[in-house]
Amino acid sequence: MSRLTGNVEMAHGGGGRAMVGLIRNIFARHFANPLLAQGHDATAIAVPAGRIAVTTDAHVVSPLFFAGGDIGSLAVHGTVNDLAMAGARPLALTAAYIIEEGFPLADLDRIAASMGAAARAAGVPIATGDTKVVERGKGDGVFITTSGIGLIPDGVDIGPHRLAGGMAVLISGPIGDHGIAILSQRQGLDFGTTIQSDSAALCHMVADIVAAVPGIALLRDPTRGGLSATLNELAEAGRIGMMLDERAIPVRPEVAAACELLGLDPLHIANEGKLVCICAPQDADTLLAIMHRHPEGQGAAKIGETTAQNPGFIRMITAIGGTRVIDWLSGEQLPRIC
Amino acid sequence: MKYVDEFRDRARAESLGRAIAAAADPARQYNFMEFCGGHTHAIFRYGVQDLVPGNVHFVHGPGCPVCILPMRRLDDAIELAEAHGVILCSYGDMLRVPGSGRKSLLKAKADGADVRMVYSTLDALEIARAHPDREVVFLGIGFETTTPPSAVAIATARAEGLRNFSLFCNHVMTPPAIRHILEAPDIDPAQAVRLDGFLGPSHVSSVIGSRPYEFLAERYAKPVVIAGFEPLDVMQATLMLIHQVNEGRVNVENQYARVVTREGNVKAQDLVAQIFEVRDTFEWRGLGSVPESALRIRPEYAAYDAEAKFQLTEKESRENKACECPAILRGVKKPKDCKLFGKACTPESPMGACMVSSEGACAAYWTYRRMETLAEMAADRAAAKVAAA
Repeated sequence: MSRLTGNVEMAHGGGGRAMVGLIRNIFARHFANPLLAQGHDATAIAVPAGRIAVTTDAHVVSPLFFAGGDIGSLAVHGTVNDLAMAGARPLALTAAYIIEEGFPLADLDRIAASMGAAARAAGVPIATGDTKVVERGKGDGVFITTSGIGLIPDGVDIGPHRLAGGMAVLISGPIGDHGIAILSQRQGLDFGTTIQSDSAALCHMVADIVAAVPGIALLRDPTRGGLSATLNELAEAGRIGMMLDERAIPVRPEVAAACELLGLDPLHIANEGKLVCICAPQDADTLLAIMHRHPEGQGAAKIGETTAQNPGFIRMITAIGGTRVIDWLSGEQLPRIC
Repeated sequence: MKYVDEFRDRARAESLGRAIAAAADPARQYNFMEFCGGHTHAIFRYGVQDLVPGNVHFVHGPGCPVCILPMRRLDDAIELAEAHGVILCSYGDMLRVPGSGRKSLLKAKADGADVRMVYSTLDALEIARAHPDREVVFLGIGFETTTPPSAVAIATARAEGLRNFSLFCNHVMTPPAIRHILEAPDIDPAQAVRLDGFLGPSHVSSVIGSRPYEFLAERYAKPVVIAGFEPLDVMQATLMLIHQVNEGRVNVENQYARVVTREGNVKAQDLVAQIFEVRDTFEWRGLGSVPESALRIRPEYAAYDAEAKFQLTEKESRENKACECPAILRGVKKPKDCKLFGKACTPESPMGACMVSSEGACAAYWTYRRMETLAEMAADRAAAKVAAA
């Protein structure tokens, strides 16, 4: 429980003592690390030779606190995972906050604590940050933008240009947990469930993956738009087709049940702690074994193969043995899930 | 998941597929209309066509509530939201349907109207309770399945004295639409598909029972099998229809016996009859005016009737002329026969109603069978070129 009371005021973003106090009492306390301690406008980081990955991600999730995480841990995981999908080992993160006047300081403290814990667990320092306060009604609690840099190990070259027919398509665990966890807590939709978001940092698992198979063709986290959007993006960019097996795609029974009830397809539901891995067929078993050794890779499975035929089309053998195309989600299923 | 997985079991599906192949006479064609969009969706979502022989055809009927709502009624709903300043509530799919000038309820929302997606009429009542100073209108659409919840909403609003809630009633009925398709005075007989039987709606029948379809067997000599929405339900019902056709029987049979009875849900029927009465006629997108095919709110409940409460302007709403939704909804044409399909009209930018709802035939072909459909369209074009030359 936070010992802080009171709410964020405009002065907390004004550049004066109030702002310095807010940064010192909340952010610096939870993020403490040598890079942040430099205390400059820009933080200097010693970078080893090689290729650097850089990424940024804005987070506007609603509700701010959800089963299995909150906007703070999500903001760390989102950016760490984007770096990891390039095969990179995260080196440092930055965090920028847009906070609405009147936001409880105790909630901000809780979010910062969760961010600090997530960053430590991922082994990446939050090296610098920024805080802005907007008038009441001009924001929605707090928005957080994180950026990150990471080091890509020599010999790792991940991207759609590496895709070809005959590769194995793997998923690191059951799909749809994050989207359903958020949806179940939305106002007007509460349908009591025990589903937790899968929000997690994948960098440790990815480090093992690229160490074992440096030639891996592709890693991608199926976030907004779910597995279907990710695979369609890859099929278009890589000019390949895919054939999946519906029965091999892991979905938790409670997620499947919620989707049935609400008329949603788990393939379209967002994940925040899963990755799709496309690799040479002979590497599939090695990679699955590595994933199974990590808590975030429990339930990893081979779900299909890439094909040189039918480029741009993701097809699936359905539960009953028919075939169908897996399309992008049209429209918007659920806004502000991350 | 219990009660779901066993109806999607591959071994059972393959065994049913073999039984259908053995029963279907290769010397003839079987054309069965699945009236209901829920069946259309299940057929495509699971690729049921791949498990039945090529001479067993599913003809997709007009049983998609979003698809058959005429543009004028949608324009009325947009007017309610914009000009009358109400909080307009509806089910999700309805919000994206383009009305006149391609304006949808979602676009009206972006332009400032208060349009809200709800999962239930009870959510709309809750909104009315929370905003006693605002008028709240529920855009009621759908067949016999969604009518009872609308009736419950009106009964509840009256019991609570909730004066700021009303229903814009567009509820329609299944049996008159099936009759209309079979009589189809406006369909060119040369174009018409000879229907050998119907897969009867499942959830509609849970309310009205199987009895209302008996006229189809008696008067039109068309077999009906009421089928559940799972893929194995559809396959088993198809097999039952093939047996009826082969044996020259015309019966109303009930494959969905785990839910549907002959009499249906009498309590729901009574509540619906208490609050609604049959309209003389109602316009269906695709079918035109269909006599005694829809419901309106009885005069004693006029205080909850948005059509009585608000003065709606007369409108002339025009469909896109190239859109083949009308013929597709009658089962006369297929989505690939439409010039707009996949070009001007996609789920991201739908021109016609069949592309908007996930239960619409065009959306089903585009979403689940696009590769095959595009290949067929290319083959049709090539054949047309050869014919022209």
